[in-house]
This record gives sequence, structure tokens and C-alpha cells, in this order.
Amino acid sequence: MSTDNHVTTAGKHHHAHHFKDAWHEFISAKEGIWLFMVTEILMFGGLFVGYFIYHMKYPEMFAEGASFLDWRMGAFNTFVLIGSSLTMALGIHYIQVGKNKAASWALITTLACGAIFMVVKYFEYTHKIHLGLLPGKFFAYPEAVSQNLAMYFGFYFCMTGLHGTHVLIGMALITWVLIRNMRGEFDSHYFTPVEGVGIFWHIVDLIWIFLFPLLYLVG
Amino acid sequence: MGQNHNHDHFVIPFKTLMNVCLWLCFYTVLTVVTAKVPVIHHALGPLAPLVAFGIAAAKAYLVMAHFMGLKYDTKSNRIIFASGFAFLGLLFIIVFIDIFTRVLQTNTL
Repeated sequence: MSTDNHVTTAGKHHHAHHFKDAWHEFISAKEGIWLFMVTEILMFGGLFVGYFIYHMKYPEMFAEGASFLDWRMGAFNTFVLIGSSLTMALGIHYIQVGKNKAASWALITTLACGAIFMVVKYFEYTHKIHLGLLPGKFFAYPEAVSQNLAMYFGFYFCMTGLHGTHVLIGMALITWVLIRNMRGEFDSHYFTPVEGVGIFWHIVDLIWIFLFPLLYLVG
Repeated sequence: MGQNHNHDHFVIPFKTLMNVCLWLCFYTVLTVVTAKVPVIHHALGPLAPLVAFGIAAAKAYLVMAHFMGLKYDTKSNRIIFASGFAFLGLLFIIVFIDIFTRVLQTNTL
């Protein structure tokens, strides 16, 4: 019996020796992913709690900060991420029904959506950096009405920056499962990595669903 | 695949995924309309943020249930993920009780 985690022969996956069967391996891996998702909720949750507290303390300052954001860009990115979540879910669907080529195209579309999201983010960030709307001591916008406007951009860059980092990591993981799918390593019985990466990608969408109204609409 | 014939992977239907996507787009338009159309926004008044987060919660449910597949997943995975939100709720409540019940001391005597 091999001690390797995955013994792959001719595209057929065999479950690792410490699992009872392939199903046992699948549900164990998936439970691990869900535990990881809990840590994601708590990490972003801490930032949301901080945002709500300071928003209640300084509502005018947050309104001033939000006025520098373009809701059209935020709304556009929301549609892009919803579309990417659909194609990610379709990628898993196609692997499950044996259409691996269609799955590859779905994953490529997901990657493209992630890239579009980051390009829009790049334009938003450069606009703010150019104006000097930055966190803490880097803040250099002379016409600020609120004295502590730098705090708004502390929250803005931390929350969207952490989210954007997740988009980049998600894109790297999708590239990994895309390559493995093109090599024919997945079929209707074994697609655990795609399932896990899919859940990670959907949580990126889930967090943006709350970030969009919080930063662009309510502020 | 060995002994797992009793456990078939659930395939989320194509139609379900498309419908969820359309609903998510609809809710996004709805949230933008309630926040950016002045007549509606003023009519909602102080309820506007609640409406925005209510719509976000509905969208979050669709993503969690159908895209993340929690509706078709095991009960233990649903409980695991819900526990994250439960502890986040606890964090919210405890921190808010602390911050908004503080008595400002203006005189040290």
C-alpha cells in the first residue's frame, strides 16, 4: 500500500489508504473546507464589526469617504462576480456530467471574470492613490472636511484589499484545477479539488455581496 | 468506485444554477434602485440601510444554498458554517454592548 496521498494511474483517482472509501475521502475533505470557510467569515467579520462601530460614531466622516467611491464600478464588479460564481458552479456541474471540455471553458470564463474584477479594482485604487485618499499617515488630501477621513480609507483599503487578495488566490487555485482538468484527472467520481476551490470562490462572491452595499451604497 | 455505491454526488441542475444567477442579478438591480433613485431612497428614510442589508442577506442565502451547495450538503456542514455566523453575531453583540454603554468621564474628581 502506498503512503502517497493520491495515487493516480491513467486518470483514475484512488482514495488515500487512511480513508474507508472514496466517499469518505470526499466528505472529509469537504468538511475541512467548510471549517476553513468559518475562519474566513470570522476574519472578515472582525473588519465588519469595526466598520459598523466607527460608522455609528462618525456618520458624517463615513458619508464623506463614501462620496469618493463610484457605485457604478462597484455594481459592475458585483455583476462580474455573480457571473464568475455561476461559471464556477457550472464547471463542477459539467465535470459531474462528464463534459470536461465544457468544464474547462467554464473555468477559463471564471478566470476572465476574476481578471476583469481586478482591472476595475486597479482603476479605483489608482484614482484614490492619485488624490492622496490613503489610510493613516499616508493620507494627503488637502480638501478633506472631516479631520479623521484617513480612517475611512483605512477600512476601505483593508476590506477591499483583503478581498482582492482572495480574488487573486482564488484565480491561482482555479488555474491549478483547470490544468488538472485539462490533463483529464477529474471525472464524475473524483472532482474534490474543484469542489473545494469552488466553495472558496463562492465565499469571495459572498463577501462582496456585503461589501458592495456597505461601502458603495449605505456609506 | 469501491464501496460507495450508496453515495452518489448530487448534481445541481443547470436550470437551478441559471435561475439563481438571474435572481442574484435582479437583487443587485433592486439594491441599486433602492439606494440611488432619490424618490425611493427618501421614502425609505432610515430604513434604507436595513433594506440594503436585507437584500444582501437574500443574495447570500442563494449563494450559500445553491452555488456553495449547502442545501444539498450534509447536516454537519450546514451546522459548521452556521456556527461561524453564530460566533460572529456574538462578537457583534458583545462589542456593541461594550462600546455603547461606556460612560465618558469628563471630571476626574
